[in-house]
Amino acid sequence: MLKIENLHAEIDGKPILRGLTLTIGKGEVHAIMGPNGSGKSTLSYLIAGRPGYTVTEGSITWNGKDLLALEPEERAGEGVFLAFQYPVEIPGVNNVYMLRAAVNGIRKYRGEPEISAVDFLNLVKTKTREIGLKEGLLNRPVNQGFSGGEKKRNEVFQMSILEPSLAILDETDSGLDIDALKIVADGVNRLRSPDRAFMVVTHYQRLLDYIVPDHVHVLANGRIVKSGPRELALELEAKGYDWLLEEAA
Amino acid sequence: MATPQTEVSELLNRKYDAGFYTDIEQDQAPPGLNEDIIRLISSKKEEPEWMLQWRLRAFERWQKMPEPKWAHVHYPPIDYQALCYYSAPKSRANAPKSLDEVDPKLLETYKKLGIPLEEQMMLAGVAVDAVFDSVSVHTTFKDKLAAAGVIFCSFSEAVREHPDLVRKYLGSVVPQGDNYFAALNSAVFSDGSFVYIPPNTRCPMELSTYFRINAMNTGQFERTLVVADAGSYVSYLEGCTAPQRDENQLHAAVVELVALDNAEIKYSTVQNWYPGDEEGRGGIYNFVTKRGDCRGRNSKISWTQVETGSAITWKYPSCVLKGENSVGEFYSVAVTHHRQQADTGTKMIHLGRNTRSTIISKGISAGRGQNAYRGLVRIAKSAENARNYTQCDSLLMGNECGAHTFPYVEVRNASAKVEHEASTSKISEDQLFYLRSRGIGSEDAVNLIVNGFCKEVFKELPMEFAVEAQKLLNITLEGAVG
Repeated sequence: MLKIENLHAEIDGKPILRGLTLTIGKGEVHAIMGPNGSGKSTLSYLIAGRPGYTVTEGSITWNGKDLLALEPEERAGEGVFLAFQYPVEIPGVNNVYMLRAAVNGIRKYRGEPEISAVDFLNLVKTKTREIGLKEGLLNRPVNQGFSGGEKKRNEVFQMSILEPSLAILDETDSGLDIDALKIVADGVNRLRSPDRAFMVVTHYQRLLDYIVPDHVHVLANGRIVKSGPRELALELEAKGYDWLLEEAA
Repeated sequence: MATPQTEVSELLNRKYDAGFYTDIEQDQAPPGLNEDIIRLISSKKEEPEWMLQWRLRAFERWQKMPEPKWAHVHYPPIDYQALCYYSAPKSRANAPKSLDEVDPKLLETYKKLGIPLEEQMMLAGVAVDAVFDSVSVHTTFKDKLAAAGVIFCSFSEAVREHPDLVRKYLGSVVPQGDNYFAALNSAVFSDGSFVYIPPNTRCPMELSTYFRINAMNTGQFERTLVVADAGSYVSYLEGCTAPQRDENQLHAAVVELVALDNAEIKYSTVQNWYPGDEEGRGGIYNFVTKRGDCRGRNSKISWTQVETGSAITWKYPSCVLKGENSVGEFYSVAVTHHRQQADTGTKMIHLGRNTRSTIISKGISAGRGQNAYRGLVRIAKSAENARNYTQCDSLLMGNECGAHTFPYVEVRNASAKVEHEASTSKISEDQLFYLRSRGIGSEDAVNLIVNGFCKEVFKELPMEFAVEAQKLLNITLEGAVG
């Protein structure tokens, strides 16, 4: 279970989150929506452990573990995964080679032996088919020369290989056409399981037609201002965010 | 998103791994440089008169030359009279005939470096001409090479056993007066390796020399000469590490390569001399002159270097492309960390028709390291249809390091095609965080990024060297990024 309590965080002295509280249980899919600049990406980054933020108050725990005390790679070892909004390019680093280093990094953290080359290749083959990733992209440098859609698909591909127990998707729908969106959503839905929690960050409700959430939260001015069932997203689609902001103020 | 660079500077701090010192008695000349010292060196090595005269002529020229100041490096003046110019392990008096006779401490040193000679001989099939300080102590695989007609021996031995070859080629690529440090080397060179591959012979194994500097205050002046006769091929590997110490050491080596018609020489270097501590104290001054002469038609010389050590590197492995259709290549990774300074690059001198050259240079700067690429591509009037491709990339780690590029292009023939590409980039927090969020530890993440950056060069190295180079790079940059 992910438990975020009264989280206050700032960057360069500028407060972004101001008392955010959120709980996501195992097997649940929660959508985080909200206007631009409300702190959605900051929340994703804080859970994954991106350096540069200062937490001034509050806590984030995952299955009882204090995530804020862990390095990003340790959080990955604890099952946290972030699908980036803008996946970065890493020249010269083979996509699959990187992924194998990731799998083994996580295994090492858990005290498990390294994956054998054969097992890993089989895993890659299966998942490549499932996600519909072009095989040609496997041995290219990480994200280099990938189209926007290919980058997002690569994120979901990585997620399916690493099999996280807490998956955060940061605006995975941005920049995707409807076909790519469906494929990415399929990939995510395939991973839905009673053991896995999802936090889906999105600006538009469109994605939620394909990845149907159990709960929807609206983030504004650094805190959750409204929570509700899946229908809340549709209401937001129709009415925009302003009424909520006024309500919150 | 603001991302403090302090993160990027915590990961690069670790002690020099090969830092140890072997206590072996030295047979050492008093400090200072004069004619008497040169005569002493020559007589210790039982050299013929012509060799002594050659040294003395070089010394004469050196005395009239000013020390070059144009490189982008800074260091206190070197007192050439305070250095020792000769030092030999004592056990040389009765030179060993086999490994059993080699000073056990020496063998221990190699073991610490992870290059046990025995294993090296059996497993890798690499012939090792190990230069320990100034005198070659051990040469292996001589018989196998001799069967192929290949000569691979210490330079001193070559002077005694193959004087005709040495006299014919010595100084024919790097003349005595070529530059200040080459002249100094010519006067006092201690020892080195000599290789001759006879016509139409493919050298049956990779040739390798491990250099190691191991005496206080002793300049190391290696001299290497590789001659590939018509239609022959040789791959030569040069690698070195040195024990940790406090005083700067001068190293001025000269390497000459000659490739005749249809011959090919591949010369690979992994350089890991003591770079000095975090404040730049100690560390080797590495002033090296390396040049290859593509003398014959269709000849090819390719330099591959991975430079991670030394406080100061001043080194430009070059190719003179005389023969028609000859090819010159330069692949380089140069790393500077802490206060290391490197001014390195290449010269491609196109003289013959249809000559081609490729330059791939990767500079990595971390800490307060300064890294300069300096390259010259010269297309002479006579070089019809010459081609050059240059790619020059710099990677910065942190905010206090520097990358500099000084490309010179001189074209005197309108048919030439010369391309130059350059880039400078920084290891970004975004890249690091991306990899770490996937479960890859921060040091491994840095290694991945750096090795990716160097990939084009590493793939030019012989297999066993590529692995070593990658390892070395990782060790060198440990603590560079956090």
